[in-house]
Amino acid sequence: MTGYAALQVLLSVPALLLFVLNAVAGTLVVIVVGIPILLLTLPATRWLADRHRRMAADVLGSPVPSPYRPTGDAGPIGRLRIWAADPMTWRDEAWLLLALPLALTMSLLVVLLLVLVVTGVAWWFGVGPIMVARSRLDRALLTFGTTERLEQRVEVLTETRNDSLDHSAAELRRIERDLHDGAQARLVGLGLTLGMAADLMDRDPEEARRILDEARQTTGAALGDLRDVVRGIHPPVLADRGLRSALEALSLDLALPVAVTGSFTDRLSAPVESAVYFAVAECLANVGKHADAAHAWVELTGDADRLRVVVGDDGHGGADPGAGTGMRGVARRLAAFDGTMRVSSPIGGPTLVTLEVPCASSSPRTRPSSGKA
Amino acid sequence: MRVVLAEDQTLLREGLIRLLESHGFEVVAAAEDAESLAQALADPQTADVALLDVRLPPTGTDEGLRAAVDLRRRRPGFPVLVLSQYVERIYARELLADGEGGVGYLLKERVGDVREFVEALRRVAGGGTVLDPEVVAAVMARQQPVERLTPREREVLALMAEGRSNAAIAAGLVVTEKAVAKHTNNIFAKLDLPPAPDDNRRVLAVLAWLGL
Repeated sequence: MTGYAALQVLLSVPALLLFVLNAVAGTLVVIVVGIPILLLTLPATRWLADRHRRMAADVLGSPVPSPYRPTGDAGPIGRLRIWAADPMTWRDEAWLLLALPLALTMSLLVVLLLVLVVTGVAWWFGVGPIMVARSRLDRALLTFGTTERLEQRVEVLTETRNDSLDHSAAELRRIERDLHDGAQARLVGLGLTLGMAADLMDRDPEEARRILDEARQTTGAALGDLRDVVRGIHPPVLADRGLRSALEALSLDLALPVAVTGSFTDRLSAPVESAVYFAVAECLANVGKHADAAHAWVELTGDADRLRVVVGDDGHGGADPGAGTGMRGVARRLAAFDGTMRVSSPIGGPTLVTLEVPCASSSPRTRPSSGKA
Repeated sequence: MRVVLAEDQTLLREGLIRLLESHGFEVVAAAEDAESLAQALADPQTADVALLDVRLPPTGTDEGLRAAVDLRRRRPGFPVLVLSQYVERIYARELLADGEGGVGYLLKERVGDVREFVEALRRVAGGGTVLDPEVVAAVMARQQPVERLTPREREVLALMAEGRSNAAIAAGLVVTEKAVAKHTNNIFAKLDLPPAPDDNRRVLAVLAWLGL
């Protein structure tokens, strides 16, 4: 712990420097010069704060998370904007200004108690409490408190819940329309045809037979419609075999050659599997429609608590994730599971869409046979 | 001809038994789940062909399909006709992967056309390959690496995949049987298939066409 204290004393020099630079550059943003400086000093500040978070976590024996907002693939200005809006950036500054002088005193005290030798006894008993106090101080400023975290979580959950409800309402409307225009209409026609056949049975058996044959074809068409509806709700291979096989089956049906690779073959919970499947299907549909690609690939990797799917193509790039409702829908649907979507699509390609979903993989489990397609 | 049947929906199972028996088949076992199917197939010598539903209890996923693949591993070439509410190319590939023939994969509703269905079951039992027109259409829609084939040859190959004989293909395309034979020989040559009995080459041609 004294080692940490010594390191903290040394780190207070760059900390002071960073605070001054941040403050000056922050004001200079008005005349643009501040922007490149901040692009360097803010990450440095974050690195420094992270070092202190790790030390505090070590001393306190409990994790001190680094709760910065993700910047994704935003450009320099975009990143600055996200940083400026991130409350943690400002807490970092407050920590540099307020906590450091006080905390530095504590760390310095620990070092001095040891170095002065005669105060060795005081060091022996004092180092623990002092370092815990300093770490608590760091933690208080460098990470959000329980209430703040819960507030942020509630905000996210409210938003994603609304999106999920909108999404499922829209899906139900689509299914209702598909059934109404498809199978239901055909069954009405079928009833009519059968009625005609019954009517003709005695008078014109030959014609009745022809009409019955027509009726059989109509049942085939109605079943075809129902199969399409079922595929849109929950694809059969996904139910039977899980994500990996379902994506392989999907890739077989596309005009574009798609290679499905990766080590991830676990079963996930049904809603997550379904969301990721339809997300990948949407990505591949976009590749087919817009990318002018010769090949596409889907790579599934992950471990016990995170699934990562990369959908790539060798097309002309320049895809704008904000442009189509489809991709925004994908991002929203994944957000319901705390999943994320990142798009990298430089002009000239390749386009890479990375989907990440936290997951607790479930082993293959028994599904009710009422789920027959 | 002796049939082992597996279908969990009572109505359809009873209907199939009646249909098969009225067409001269003998149903030696009618299983309603994976376990009783396994018992019925423990000794395949007792049957000539198996007619299986893909989804069976207990999990209602792909038990029937797995039973079919397993059965053919134990007894290569044992004729199996798989029925399902939906057809998937990925499953067709799995069924055909051993290249032995004697495989059918049809939508359940094809049972409605009784004569065609019984004919398909006989062709499978005789070592032929019968794929559902819907699988065939899906493959047709996607241009496969058999682009070397002429449009006419692709048509012939598609009908071959549905399990039609040369005579039936000739009737369907309104050409002579001799012309069909010429097309099939061209297909075999273009797909680099080695000389073999005609039935086996037909299976191999379909496999190549499915992208295996």
